[in-house]
Amino acid sequence: MSDTIHDVTAATPSAAESPVARTIAAANAGRAGAFVGYLPVGFPSLDASVDAAVALVENGVDVLELGLPYSDPVMDGPVIQAATLASLQGGFRLADAFTAVERIRSRVDAPVLLMTYWNPVLQYGVDRFADDLASAGGAGLITPDLTVDSGADWLATSDRTGLDRVFLAAPTSTDERLRLAVENSRGFVYTVSTMGITGARADLDAAARTLVARLREQGGESLAVGIGISTADQIAEILGYADGAIVGSALVKALADGGVAAVGRLAAELAEGTHR
Amino acid sequence: MTDISHSLREEAGPFFGEFGGRFMPESLVAALDELAEAYQLAKLDPAFHEELAALGRTYTGRPSILTEVPRFARHAGGARVILKREDLNHTGSHKINNVLGQALIARRIGKSRLIAETGAGQHGVATATAAALFGMECVVYMGEVDTERQALNVARMRLLGAEVIPVKSGTRTLKDALNEAFRDWVANVENTHYLLGTVAGPHPFPVMVRDFVKIIGEEARQQMLDLTGALPDAVTACVGGGSNAIGIFHAFLDDTSVGLYGYEAAGLGADTDKHAATITKGRPGVLHGSRSYMLQDADGQTLDSHSISAGLDYPGVGPEHAWLASIGRANYRPITDEQAMQAFRLLCGTEGIIPAIESAHALAGTIELGRELGPDATILVSLSGRGDKDVETAGRYFDVLDEQGNAKI
Ligand SMILES: Cc1ncc(COP(=O)(O)O)c(C=O)c1O
Repeated sequence: MSDTIHDVTAATPSAAESPVARTIAAANAGRAGAFVGYLPVGFPSLDASVDAAVALVENGVDVLELGLPYSDPVMDGPVIQAATLASLQGGFRLADAFTAVERIRSRVDAPVLLMTYWNPVLQYGVDRFADDLASAGGAGLITPDLTVDSGADWLATSDRTGLDRVFLAAPTSTDERLRLAVENSRGFVYTVSTMGITGARADLDAAARTLVARLREQGGESLAVGIGISTADQIAEILGYADGAIVGSALVKALADGGVAAVGRLAAELAEGTHR
Repeated sequence: MTDISHSLREEAGPFFGEFGGRFMPESLVAALDELAEAYQLAKLDPAFHEELAALGRTYTGRPSILTEVPRFARHAGGARVILKREDLNHTGSHKINNVLGQALIARRIGKSRLIAETGAGQHGVATATAAALFGMECVVYMGEVDTERQALNVARMRLLGAEVIPVKSGTRTLKDALNEAFRDWVANVENTHYLLGTVAGPHPFPVMVRDFVKIIGEEARQQMLDLTGALPDAVTACVGGGSNAIGIFHAFLDDTSVGLYGYEAAGLGADTDKHAATITKGRPGVLHGSRSYMLQDADGQTLDSHSISAGLDYPGVGPEHAWLASIGRANYRPITDEQAMQAFRLLCGTEGIIPAIESAHALAGTIELGRELGPDATILVSLSGRGDKDVETAGRYFDVLDEQGNAKI
């Protein structure tokens, strides 16, 4: 697919211009590293998802990752599938994501990334989506099914708008592809800890440590590890070698089981992992 | 028709015009690259082609025959109607052609476990069959709704040694079975090959699967010349993901005198919200790794599809079909459940052949088309599969079985 690879020589806004990268750098200066928290928009309701996201930040989350519910979430495990399906059945519309970002940003000062599969962005219009996200105060996109080599339109639009773009790096990625992810990501590189989909795991793979080292060799400076992380101990372990730790399913489960108060408590507990 | 000044038979992906590509998690890119490379090497290796051809001759039963159906044809405006009998293949459909090709590739790259999605169960049965033949482990994902309406095929897969996992996520049909198979593949890519069952999905699947099924049209083109002394005026096929259709169309793409007609499942009607007429009613988007037509709402959420035929009940379609539609080389038309069932019964009663309900969509389309083209026309039909698996559905539909599936006295 090299014929589709975007020309990466164009000026790419530097890390210093990315609020997400700055936040992660600051967390690494003051503490062990950054805590990135994921929750889907519209679960259990639009209002409650906004409250829950605010609670995450009030309890130690540095960067928010808001998931945009999608009918065919191939990278997600059962917990996130159930939550995003509930959101869709509750009537979630794309425009709700911008509303949620705006409301969260008016209440807390943490950068907010949207995590979205590509088709909703494509249908909304890549430029229009980016403009609406920027107006709402969003920081950028994490794109689980859009890689650098298939994302020429998003590379162009994110350069125009200055939005962050977080690409994924996997244990099976070649060095060449890791370099592409590092050079084209802005904010951080989403370092996939293990071969698999989202969901809490008891043991973290040694693969994450190896992958972070490989990304460093390619010049990676802002690296957050995600997938399978659910305890403060795991966060502490990851922040020993990476710049950020991403928690998703565990937070979603806490929200599903115990509501906003419970997800706030879990966030506070997990944030302990950033102090060691 | 557009002017075709270059061959349409040489598209090698990842893109077909603006369709196709690869929209997939990074975790799967290495496996897709490995597959694309292994396929390229196999394609250049005469030993691979010989092995595949030998399996075709001695296992599948290739070449499949042509059967002319004059009593059926009377209902199709008197046109000459000739069936390409993929229903006579081992395992009962065209799916085995793709499965044997991919299973050989999987073995070449050292994968010991095959996973597959299935709707009607025909692709699952074919994959389970190949796994048994090659001594591989096999897991088949099947929407829970489909395990109920195609219970016989679930039993067949289990007898063949496969594990069948009913998929309870999303809408519990074929599209969710694909999602679940991709999730399994992400986690087990080291020893597992995802044997995708149609010409959809990320590159290299659409080209690779097409190359494994295009033998249908290559045989049929020569057989038509031998039988009738000329090329047919039209070639018809049902279109789910599009594998049997591309399989029979491909050899004819450069024969501009031959009209190509794909029939999509219109369920209760293309103007209702219960259909699977993807090209007729959808618009371009990304689903399951490639850009093509799909059924979606304004937000890009995939819509539920509906068809009486599990194998056509899919809200997407392969990118090569989207391209052939966009350049006007092939026509795609809707056929309702009722039209398909009437054609199903007609073929049973006039010719003694019980078709798959999927294939009955092509037969219904042929009836319409024959009336349009008139008695001088010759139409070649892809009879993609046999109807054993559908006897219960049809029995209920025509009221010869009761709700429990028992014969009515
Ligand atoms: C007999 C038969 N025909 C057609 C199809 C539809 O698939 P495709 O459009 O890929 O040929 C199926 C799918 O299960 C099938 O079993």
